[in-house]
Amino acid sequence: MAEPDILIRARGLTKVFGEFIAVDGIDFELSQGEVFGFLGPNGAGKSSTMRMIGCVSPRSGGELTILGLDPDRHGPAIRARLGVVPQEDTLDVELTVRENLLIYGRYFGLRRDVIRERTAKLLDFVQLTERADDEVEPLSGGMKRRLTIARSLISEPDILLLDEPTTGLDPQARHVVWDRLYRLKQQGVTLVLTTHYMDEAEQLCDRLVVMDRGKIAAEGSPRQLIETYSTPEVLELRFALEEQEQAADKLADVAAERIEVLADRILLYTADGDAALDSVRARGLEPVTSLVRRSTLEDVFLRLTGRRLED
Amino acid sequence: MAQTLAIRQFRFWLTNYRRTWRGSIYSSVLNPFLYLGAMGLGLGTLIDRHGTSSLGGVSYLAFLAPGLLAAAAMQTAMGESTYPVYGSVKWLKTYQAAISSPLRPADLFHGHLLWTTLRLTMNSAIFLVVMAVFGAAASPWVIVCLPAAVLTGLAFAAPIEAYAMICTKDTSFAMLFRFGIIPLFLFSGTFFPISQLPVYVRPLAYVTPLWHGVALCRSLSLGTAQLGTSAGHVGYLAAVTALGIYAGNRAYRRRLYA
Repeated sequence: MAEPDILIRARGLTKVFGEFIAVDGIDFELSQGEVFGFLGPNGAGKSSTMRMIGCVSPRSGGELTILGLDPDRHGPAIRARLGVVPQEDTLDVELTVRENLLIYGRYFGLRRDVIRERTAKLLDFVQLTERADDEVEPLSGGMKRRLTIARSLISEPDILLLDEPTTGLDPQARHVVWDRLYRLKQQGVTLVLTTHYMDEAEQLCDRLVVMDRGKIAAEGSPRQLIETYSTPEVLELRFALEEQEQAADKLADVAAERIEVLADRILLYTADGDAALDSVRARGLEPVTSLVRRSTLEDVFLRLTGRRLED
Repeated sequence: MAQTLAIRQFRFWLTNYRRTWRGSIYSSVLNPFLYLGAMGLGLGTLIDRHGTSSLGGVSYLAFLAPGLLAAAAMQTAMGESTYPVYGSVKWLKTYQAAISSPLRPADLFHGHLLWTTLRLTMNSAIFLVVMAVFGAAASPWVIVCLPAAVLTGLAFAAPIEAYAMICTKDTSFAMLFRFGIIPLFLFSGTFFPISQLPVYVRPLAYVTPLWHGVALCRSLSLGTAQLGTSAGHVGYLAAVTALGIYAGNRAYRRRLYA
């Protein structure tokens, strides 16, 4: 390999299902030790991209190199070095927690004593040691997700792929998963994840691409993206429904870089949210609620696509 | 590499079987006793009284037992190749998990066929022992019925497994059972020689794999097997198996590598 620290390289990567172009010629690179994210709404092409990286979906066009190898020709060799946490749980719910890890370790050709040793460590890591000999079926959604993460680590992969790792989990369970992923990041594990949660992307990713309709709309660190595509602060205003339209007209000349009128509120992008609120009030407008906050990746997405992430 | 990867999936089914083997062995032993007892001895006594020249002059039990052996292999194949396979891709989604490991779709298929081969061998061996207990085996050649029955089962397992991979509803299996397996079970020469069928229906029996399996096992068990005919049966069953493997390779790949 010419550049040993580039683990994945994609050029013009494309996936077509019949007439539908799921992934439309995207370029990206993944370096050793980074946490890389695909942020976008459902249907943006994130999962299709992940399946191509995971060597379980042949690409329709473009170039893709993973760990220096071509997935079309070296699928088994590449997959031997990947860990995958799929969007949907694929645990064997009829087997116990421990048996799931045993079966999966055996798929990777690991010896039983190696699996036993790693199982103890991994179950400790995902806080499931006490459930080791229970069947998987009755476990909670968060526990199943943590077990899936443990399963993906049994082969000590070079790259861990996580497709929507916390979708469908309640807030508390999400935070436990985030905490574990953050620890993996601290240990230097290379992670690739897809998400449509901007807070997840902001907390975990060193670098991310914003995906929309099969294309990459922007790329950078969360901070860079916010600096490039949004203002430091956002003033959110809610008006009574019948007043919103009128208010929007009157706000047109307020000193804001950009105004977004959403169905339920108005967003003013500005360097100083409090000053903007003062000038709104100076025009005799009294919003029902007002909030000054920092810009987020949600604002970046709105700016880039004109749509919201979670609909 | 290809073989070792398929063996990893075979080991999965073996591990899985540890939870269910007791019930499975129970029915593997009980079924031949029930069928050979009720039909071979019970019904057979009535038939033998009226003369068995149309059966080739042997007792009904001796006629029936090898046919049932082949038919039981078909049933075992049906059981192993439908719900366990369909469930792995549709309900448990363990196949989707497995393809993220080094295993390829074809490895999952071949691993499961290996497993089915083992199940066919176990059940057919038990059946042969029960046949011996009933004194239903006329020739020492009966021992060759073991690979013959396994091959018969595989001629069903491979194509049915390909079918299970393209099914999107499990009601398809009920249809297959109703309109495929049961008519074959009843009309492929298991219970009576197909010379009893109307002339124009007989060719239909000749193209079904079960008739070849029944005829092969029966001729071995009765010691009347001839090399040419037997080779024809084996060739036919092997060809159906090969076609099934070809179709299964494609079906597995299409279903799992979207």
